[in-house]
Amino acid sequence: MQDKITGRIYKFGDNVNSDIIIAGRYLIYIDPVKLAEHAFEMLGEGFPARLRSFDILVAGRNFGCGSAREQASTAIQGLGIKAVVAASFARTFYRNAINDGLPIFECPAVYDAVAEGDELSIDLAAGLISHSGRDYEFPRIPESVAKILQLGGLANYLKSTLEAGAAPR
Amino acid sequence: MSQTIAEKILAAKAGLERVKPGQIVDAYPDLVMSHTATWRSVSVMKKIGAKRLYDPNRLAIVLDHISPAKTEKYAADQQTSRNFAREYGIEKFYDVDAGIAHLVLMEHGHVKPGDLIVGTDSHCTIYGALGALGSGIGYTEVASVWVTGKLWMKVPTTIKLTLNGRFAAGVSAKDLMLYLIGTLGADGCGYKSVEFYGSALPQMSVSERMTMANLAMEMGSKCVFIPPDEKTSEWLLPRLKDPASYQPVFADPEAVYEQSIDIDLAKLTPMIACPHQVENTKPVAEVMGTRIDQAFLGSCANGKYEDLVVAADILAGRKIDPRVRLIVTPGSKEIMLEAMRTGVLATLIESGALVTNPGCGACAGDGGTMADGEVSLSTANRNFVGRMGSNKSSIYLSSPATLAASALKGAIADPREFLR
Repeated sequence: MQDKITGRIYKFGDNVNSDIIIAGRYLIYIDPVKLAEHAFEMLGEGFPARLRSFDILVAGRNFGCGSAREQASTAIQGLGIKAVVAASFARTFYRNAINDGLPIFECPAVYDAVAEGDELSIDLAAGLISHSGRDYEFPRIPESVAKILQLGGLANYLKSTLEAGAAPR
Repeated sequence: MSQTIAEKILAAKAGLERVKPGQIVDAYPDLVMSHTATWRSVSVMKKIGAKRLYDPNRLAIVLDHISPAKTEKYAADQQTSRNFAREYGIEKFYDVDAGIAHLVLMEHGHVKPGDLIVGTDSHCTIYGALGALGSGIGYTEVASVWVTGKLWMKVPTTIKLTLNGRFAAGVSAKDLMLYLIGTLGADGCGYKSVEFYGSALPQMSVSERMTMANLAMEMGSKCVFIPPDEKTSEWLLPRLKDPASYQPVFADPEAVYEQSIDIDLAKLTPMIACPHQVENTKPVAEVMGTRIDQAFLGSCANGKYEDLVVAADILAGRKIDPRVRLIVTPGSKEIMLEAMRTGVLATLIESGALVTNPGCGACAGDGGTMADGEVSLSTANRNFVGRMGSNKSSIYLSSPATLAASALKGAIADPREFLR
């Protein structure tokens, strides 16, 4: 995972559910590129194409609520999105994003401050999100869990522990 | 110190004396459920080169979402799941004939009080109906639990809901939950455990408790707990392979709750969730007369035997509006058989219903697809845009009683008008 994530943001409201992110009929795929072709298409014409010119998604409360489908975070990554900042996340999306290697940040103040197209810069080491000259602190992901994200997701993490000989019985 | 049920069960599964909210523990679930998503977890195992399972007896696989397969891709994925179950000797494997995973696992005695259960479905909270903690996870994490036996879990804070009084005629557990979701919001219980108590509980059936624990997910709950009682043991004991394993766990009387809410069931009226959020709830009276094209009676929320009976009681001897397609999908094979034996299926069919095989059915987009501009009324747990087809169609959610009344009228109707 990079130490710094910067880019233009696209802004969503509250309660963006995982059916909107990727509809059930596409769960036959697990490949990020294939999933991204249909990501957010429930929002209507122009989607997902217009999201491809943005780097970071910013959303309100309860992002990713609803279904536990992991493909919601995979589809977002397939669009080339580098991170999601939200006022809050639904717990299944939160876990899936970490397990999928998609950096996520819980920060209500950023949601209130930004508008579509703004530049955002996330400094992981400092624990800060910068926007128009202001810094916002975000709560760090617990260290034991952050390791999963740092290795690019749970599959890589598991592979590394299996290879390290910490094999389960 | 006194503990909530989430604290108690997570401590036990993590091998710790006690835990506190916010603490992260490595917990070892008693059961890992995977449904139609199983093939994806199998692909993760292949990708990471893992060959051994922590404990094959802790796996349960039910092919419920698109059953039977409707395309070659689904067929191939189901074949992968079937082959995996065979190769690893998974005894708790249920094929496309069985029904919805949650109901099948409870009916077959694979869920008992005090258990921790995770699975590839957000509605795993339903296991709280039997006094177990259930929570949804993704398919990669399921593969990880298959291999390592454990996962990290944050100990949640807990909300206590106390139910007193009795439902008025025509009002049910579904109306209670729609009322709660509307009041507390889609994230009103986000990251939190929910425990139900109150003088109303002893009268509530296991089926009603399943509806409650299931729908609690729609306010963000991480897990749900309804204390086991005589109703629980009566329903569950004959289903357990080892009845001695029935050892209910309870929260301590002095446990600390983040919030306590009291509800008087007598004050509730039939409720509807309007498009396109479950929290967008209204009393039925406010949307009465809204035309519907399709009515879906099914899902893990309300596809149980008692739900079919409620609908059949209203539909008996009557015909649904010819403009409405009434699709009935029994939640499981057991439910379908019972409804067959008691004549409930015949009543439904005679009223104009189309009865499908057991499973998730239209709730998961398997049949019953909606065209542009169409309106569906459903007893399921989600009304998100496009969930049942076109993103220009819309979904309302209701109880089985409201659904049956509305199918008769061809428009959203108050079930109290049709009670006998």
